[in-house]
Amino acid sequence: MTATAPVAERPAKEPKQPKRPQRFNEGTGRLAALLLSPTLLVLGLVVLFPIISALRESLFTSGTTLDSNGFIVKGSTFVGLDNYLDIFKGDTGRRFWNAFYNTTFFTVVCVVLETVLGVAMALIMHKAFKGRGIVRASILVPWAIPTVVSALLWKWIFQADGIANQLIGTQVLWSTEGWQSKMSVIIADTWKTAPFIGLLVLAGLQTIPAEVYEAAKVDGASVWKTFTRITLPLVKPALLVAVLFRILDTLRIFDLPFVLVGPHKDSVETLSMLAYDEAFNTRYGPAAAYATVLFVYVAVVAYAFVKILGADVIGEARAKKPGGGAGGKRWRKKNAAKGTSDAAVGAVTVGGGR
Amino acid sequence: MAVASSLALLATACGSGDDGSSSGGGSSAGALEGRGPITLASGKDTSGNLQNQLNAWNASHPNEKVELKELPDDADAQRQQMVQNAQNQSDAYSVLVMDVVWTSEFAANQWITQIPEDKVPDLGKLVPATVETAKYRDKLYGVPITSDGGLLYYRKDLLTAAGVTDAPKTWDELLADCQKVAATPGGKGMNCYAGQFEKYEGLTVNFSEAVNSAGGSIVDKDGKPDVDTPEALAGLQELQNGFKTGAIPKAAITYKEEESRRAFQDGKLLFLRNWPYVYSLANKTDGSSKIAGKFAVAPLPGKDGPGVSSLGGHDYAISSFAKNKATAVDFINFMASEAQQKDNLSKTSLAPTWASLYDDPTLIKQFPYLPQLKASIASAQPRPRVVKYGDVTAAIQQAAYDALSKGSDPKATLTALQTKLQSLITQ
Repeated sequence: MTATAPVAERPAKEPKQPKRPQRFNEGTGRLAALLLSPTLLVLGLVVLFPIISALRESLFTSGTTLDSNGFIVKGSTFVGLDNYLDIFKGDTGRRFWNAFYNTTFFTVVCVVLETVLGVAMALIMHKAFKGRGIVRASILVPWAIPTVVSALLWKWIFQADGIANQLIGTQVLWSTEGWQSKMSVIIADTWKTAPFIGLLVLAGLQTIPAEVYEAAKVDGASVWKTFTRITLPLVKPALLVAVLFRILDTLRIFDLPFVLVGPHKDSVETLSMLAYDEAFNTRYGPAAAYATVLFVYVAVVAYAFVKILGADVIGEARAKKPGGGAGGKRWRKKNAAKGTSDAAVGAVTVGGGR
Repeated sequence: MAVASSLALLATACGSGDDGSSSGGGSSAGALEGRGPITLASGKDTSGNLQNQLNAWNASHPNEKVELKELPDDADAQRQQMVQNAQNQSDAYSVLVMDVVWTSEFAANQWITQIPEDKVPDLGKLVPATVETAKYRDKLYGVPITSDGGLLYYRKDLLTAAGVTDAPKTWDELLADCQKVAATPGGKGMNCYAGQFEKYEGLTVNFSEAVNSAGGSIVDKDGKPDVDTPEALAGLQELQNGFKTGAIPKAAITYKEEESRRAFQDGKLLFLRNWPYVYSLANKTDGSSKIAGKFAVAPLPGKDGPGVSSLGGHDYAISSFAKNKATAVDFINFMASEAQQKDNLSKTSLAPTWASLYDDPTLIKQFPYLPQLKASIASAQPRPRVVKYGDVTAAIQQAAYDALSKGSDPKATLTALQTKLQSLITQ
């Protein structure tokens, strides 16, 4: 997927380099198509085919009726959009909207918390102080642990006689239905993935030249002003990519609530868990329908995110270019950062479409 | 996974077009033919003795060797692999080691082959309740190799100190014993009773036991849901009252087997419902158990007399798509034989299905709980034998969990469960 990134980036850069001869485009275009065709073929096989196959699957149903001998009637029947309609009807509808609410709730709360914490971590990791290596490494440890393992870890922490209850001095039954199980998932997810945002933001921070801060210091800007007027805008492209990654990931959240709290718990059931549950009971049609609904939801959110925030980035850049008030160095830096972020966003939207 | 399942669907769709009517014949007696190497698909062999048993078979059957295909440790993952294998109609697995509750689903889908009862000569010598688990619509689809039944573990030392000599046989006796022990110095801070009440398969087991022990049933003899009865209500209320009065500690709603075992081992519980595996662990003298030598086991108590356990264990079944099914039948008979089961019991403590082994004095010396376990298994009830077991157990868990954790009205809960089960089972 990364192989496509430079190509996706190229047309965007073109207007800025008018000196390039026209020939460049013609010859390279054909060569690029030729060179990329294997990649596109592979992408078609691993991305497009499963999506189409899942879409097709979601229109069929099988194994629902028994014959007189008690055997399941074999073969699948075409049911059109019934699997989709069933999702929103009656008892399954209640379950779906609950899962939809949970998924959205986790995404909003977790991503907001992780962003705030992640930026804070990045700022700490960015500072020059003794033992910075150790701090950086220890902040990144949670991100290095597989989700299932960290879910088990938190499960032990949150069990009835676990450390969490000993620390707060009362017995909260974290894995039962209610606000506390939602909270345990949020805590565990934030613990695990705030470092991820911290890591990407740290990378963004390190591209900001020191002169900008020196200039701000000379002008007598306060710490808060420096942060909101310099650090945040300059780190924004990297931050947006990190947040988009996290949104896509959290919308598909499965293993953490499944292991930490357990399946079939209304308080933490997410859309992925519904799809899994249907597939587990060998109802692949409805499972594919759930997965498709989730896929559409993820795609819409990702598109809206890129459209609203991404368009703003470009608009801001275009508006500023003629005035050039921000100074050449800062402008170039910012543009470079934007280039990488756009490419990454392109890769994410493809990757997120699983 | 979408690819695999859609391919599988295509395959089944094509297959059924050709031989839609003859597919019933595939499970008839004539299909058990062919000799040669076979495979055994089993969960991870934690006991370490399975390979020894296979080696014994392989030594005497050089042309019909059995190869072990180890599946993941987790029962759900095992089932998933077997289902996938069946949907691809692959002959990779010949003999399937199946959890007792999967039989109906696998049989109804014709993923496993019917075994004529006369091909299993020792069938009559197995504990009858275990054989029932391998049947679907009165036809045999597997042979039970291991079994499991619930036991009541109790603190013999504390009961004796409180002047109680016998283990309780009814719930009322159990509660009365708790009060007697609470009055003694040793009973300070003790919780009375716990089972497995987390929202998972263990809750279905515990709920079924409560209902069955009160004389009710979840599914009647004809396979129809029968849970909206006064007996079932009495069973559910007993558990609910346990939570309300504190006889069952609040934390028990998060207990699976291991959590409840730890609570018992740490000396926090007077009575514990659990499987036989706890016996040797709780008796360890390496410091991991605070109650080694201080407890004993009894059959589960019931409402008016001895209770009814849910059956656990594993059946060996033959995949419909396997080759060399004649060898598979012989191999299953070998594993079901008294000699192999005795050997396996003494080495792994897995409960056998061969009835006479429970009366063997040397084995009883090694495993003192065998007589109680025999009583437990002999009167045990299988969990609902239904095609959509996954949905049925989820519905039971939902109902029982709501009643126990939120205290929802038990009568209304059971009425709703009855409706839900009817929609799942009549199809």
